Amino acid sequence: MAAYIAKRLLAAIPVLLGLSVIVFLIMAMIPGDPATAILGSYATPENVEKLNRDLGLDKSLPQQYLIWLGNIVQGDFGRSYALNRPVLDEVLERFSATLILAGTALILCTVFGLLAGIVSAVRQFGWTDRIVTFFVLIGISIPSFFLGLLLILFFAVQLRWFPASGMFAIYGGGDLPDLLYHLVLPATTLAAVATGVVARLTRTSMLEVLRQDYIRTARAKGLSERKVIYVHALKAAMVSVVPVIGLQAGFVLGGAVYIETVFQWPGIGAMLVKAISTRDLLLVQGGVLFVAAAYVFVNLVADVIQSMLDPRLKT
Amino acid sequence: MTAQTVDTAVPAKEKARRPTAWQLLMNNKLAAAGFYVISAIVLIALLSPILPLPDPNATAPADRLKPIFSEGHLLGTDQLGRDLLARLIWGTRVSLLVGVSASLIAAFFGSLIGLVAGYAGGRSDNLIMRGIDMLMAFPYILLALAIVAALGPGLLNALYAIAIVNIPFFARNVRGITLGLSRREFVDAARLSGKSHVAIVLTEILPNVLPIIVITMSTTVGWMILETAGLSFLGLGAQPPQADLGSMLGQGRSLLFTNPMVSIIPGIMVFLIVMSINLLGDGVRDALDPRLRAGALSRPMAVTRIDRRSVPEPAKGDDDAALVVAELETSFETTRGPEPAVKGISFHVRKGECLGLIGESGSGKSVTALSLLGLVASPPGVITNGSARIEGRGVLGLSESEISSFRGGKVSYVFQDPLTTLHPLFTIGDQVAEAVRAHQPASRSDAYAKAVELLKTVRIPDPEARASAYPHELSGGQRQRVGIAMALANDPDIIIADEPTTALDVTVQAEILRLLQVLREERGLALLFITHDFGVVAEICDRVAVMRFGEIVEAGDTATVLGNPQHDYTKRLIACVPKPGQGRAFLDAVRKLPARDKGARRT
Repeated sequence: MAAYIAKRLLAAIPVLLGLSVIVFLIMAMIPGDPATAILGSYATPENVEKLNRDLGLDKSLPQQYLIWLGNIVQGDFGRSYALNRPVLDEVLERFSATLILAGTALILCTVFGLLAGIVSAVRQFGWTDRIVTFFVLIGISIPSFFLGLLLILFFAVQLRWFPASGMFAIYGGGDLPDLLYHLVLPATTLAAVATGVVARLTRTSMLEVLRQDYIRTARAKGLSERKVIYVHALKAAMVSVVPVIGLQAGFVLGGAVYIETVFQWPGIGAMLVKAISTRDLLLVQGGVLFVAAAYVFVNLVADVIQSMLDPRLKT
Repeated sequence: MTAQTVDTAVPAKEKARRPTAWQLLMNNKLAAAGFYVISAIVLIALLSPILPLPDPNATAPADRLKPIFSEGHLLGTDQLGRDLLARLIWGTRVSLLVGVSASLIAAFFGSLIGLVAGYAGGRSDNLIMRGIDMLMAFPYILLALAIVAALGPGLLNALYAIAIVNIPFFARNVRGITLGLSRREFVDAARLSGKSHVAIVLTEILPNVLPIIVITMSTTVGWMILETAGLSFLGLGAQPPQADLGSMLGQGRSLLFTNPMVSIIPGIMVFLIVMSINLLGDGVRDALDPRLRAGALSRPMAVTRIDRRSVPEPAKGDDDAALVVAELETSFETTRGPEPAVKGISFHVRKGECLGLIGESGSGKSVTALSLLGLVASPPGVITNGSARIEGRGVLGLSESEISSFRGGKVSYVFQDPLTTLHPLFTIGDQVAEAVRAHQPASRSDAYAKAVELLKTVRIPDPEARASAYPHELSGGQRQRVGIAMALANDPDIIIADEPTTALDVTVQAEILRLLQVLREERGLALLFITHDFGVVAEICDRVAVMRFGEIVEAGDTATVLGNPQHDYTKRLIACVPKPGQGRAFLDAVRKLPARDKGARRT
């Protein structure tokens, strides 16, 4: 197992490098001269040239990349000029808020997606199945930012059960119950789509697995139907569900952009949106790299879990 | 899998011809509903220039924030007094246009990349697909954000960003199919006929790839509309005064607490568009891909459904037999009604006796075996008549828990092809131990010890170590032994062996047969042995019943049947066992026998 994990970790390195190349290239594609953008259009040519040299923009693209990568490996993501603080500090601070939100949403979508999928496969064509299918359809069709607004309207404005925005109460907040209280609406919203996807896939995989010969063998052994479904079929179905849960991590991390904006959650997604409109590109770059790396890591975990479930993959 | 809840059974009157893809699509009620809704929306959006609508951008500060159903403003007005209905329709037009354009761009470039990679193969394929995988390693929305960040906010830039992040989906799907196609004979033929690569890709491969492109488009266009709306919502897409649904929603958000309708109305529209496209997309996928046809995946129940016309008593003299089957009929539900696969057969097996049930594939012998303890997959299987008695007790029609106590207890099964019949994700020790625990009050460790013991009984070398192996780590013969060990776990009185040696080579087959013989003699169990090989029957069976098209055509002592076969079919089956030096005569003997009945089904 340890050898397998080590192998997967090594395999993640080229992926991370690839991500950095793509992020670097996207940022290099930016039309116009960054120095002019930073200094404003009234800057003197000497100042522009000096800044270009300071930023290393007079070098070739591959050289620029290597210098840039070298800095990043040392933890130097540059300075956010809008916030006037190191990008890394800002990103780390924001990232923890996003992890809390996205992590909760991922747990919610896994638990509820699996439950709904299993129930609807077991009660195929029954009422439970229809109800689950109906909600799944709504879940995967409703824009998450719209769902967020609806939940705010209903649960925050009408019923006043939960706060409409923020991560902590402004006065007297800051403890765990306060955090959870603020987390309910955004995490539910963020989890909605992913729950639909997981439920759908779980249902299909369960139905597919239940038709396999080894399920007939399990029944022929005289196992109870509970064991057949929740041990034999579920374990086999999980092999194809786990990587999809890994993919949902990407969805949840990306979807945080909307949800953090709607609920004013102080995470990396809201930061990115703001940074894009203020053209604070180093901040965008740092934020994107961080979230993408987190996504690679989650998928790695999903891979390892999958190989633990299915011994045939461990080669 | 929404579409699967819908009954798409083809009406009986259409049985003569296969329904077209369009008919399949329209038979799917949800997909049809999606089609009508999206068609209506698209039509209204297309007609917006000629509809009698006020100018969507005309501000009227006096009329600001009118409620819905106001006079002259059906959906009210926004904070600048602009008519919401007009803005909604024009915004829908923009959103649809952007979504569809993004989807076309993504489909074009993605398919192009997929076609080139799949057709070229080798290193260029590897290189291209690595790049695509890199793009897919990003969270989808994040990549779009990064692109918008670089290009700057704006509707067109949002469109490019969404198109780019969707290219990998098309590239991957198309490349997979193309790779398969470019190795096919008709492509080789085109190459040999001197066609250029471009011509081959365009005329030979592209037509075959089109369905995949259509399926991918129909499943991604909804997302693309959603994501462009999302970017606009964040203020990164459409810039004022231009408005799409997303930016309407985004701007309305500031009025959420006072005038929620301003944002709810465009939100509902996005939802309607995406949902109807999703429904239609599911329908298109199901119609074009028959494997996923709605209803094709239905869950087999724990026990075969039973709907018997009669429950016959066993024939006289059979009362003391271990297993008595009378007039058993098992059918499969089809669109044309139930079709019997086993047509009223009767037989018995005494203690210590081996009955061979022989016939070719599709003769109904496996269905017979599975019917005895309700293991025929249901739906579509139904037991429509007859009875099965085990030690005098009728087992068909018992409750699920009662029948479970027979399964693997008094009666156990050994199946063909142990690679698919053993669970791939559990060790063989665990699987055998589980069979023990299903019927005996043993602790986990006791059951495991018993499992190792059983593995030893079936002569698996080094059973202690092998017990922790997974099925894929064993040879075919060893897997079959595991299947037998599992069957022996609870000292059964009857073993039903369904072609247990068919997947094995001859020497292993002989060993397995010897093992079964020894066990039968040692434990005095009744053996129902299903095979298509008279050689095997001659070796181990006391009596034999010959099945064809779901009926027993001849039965008797093995020696009698072998020595003096009455039925033509029996003679042919016997002739199928080749003898050395037989030469051409063998081929004459196994020549096709005229079918008496229309084709039988597979078991």
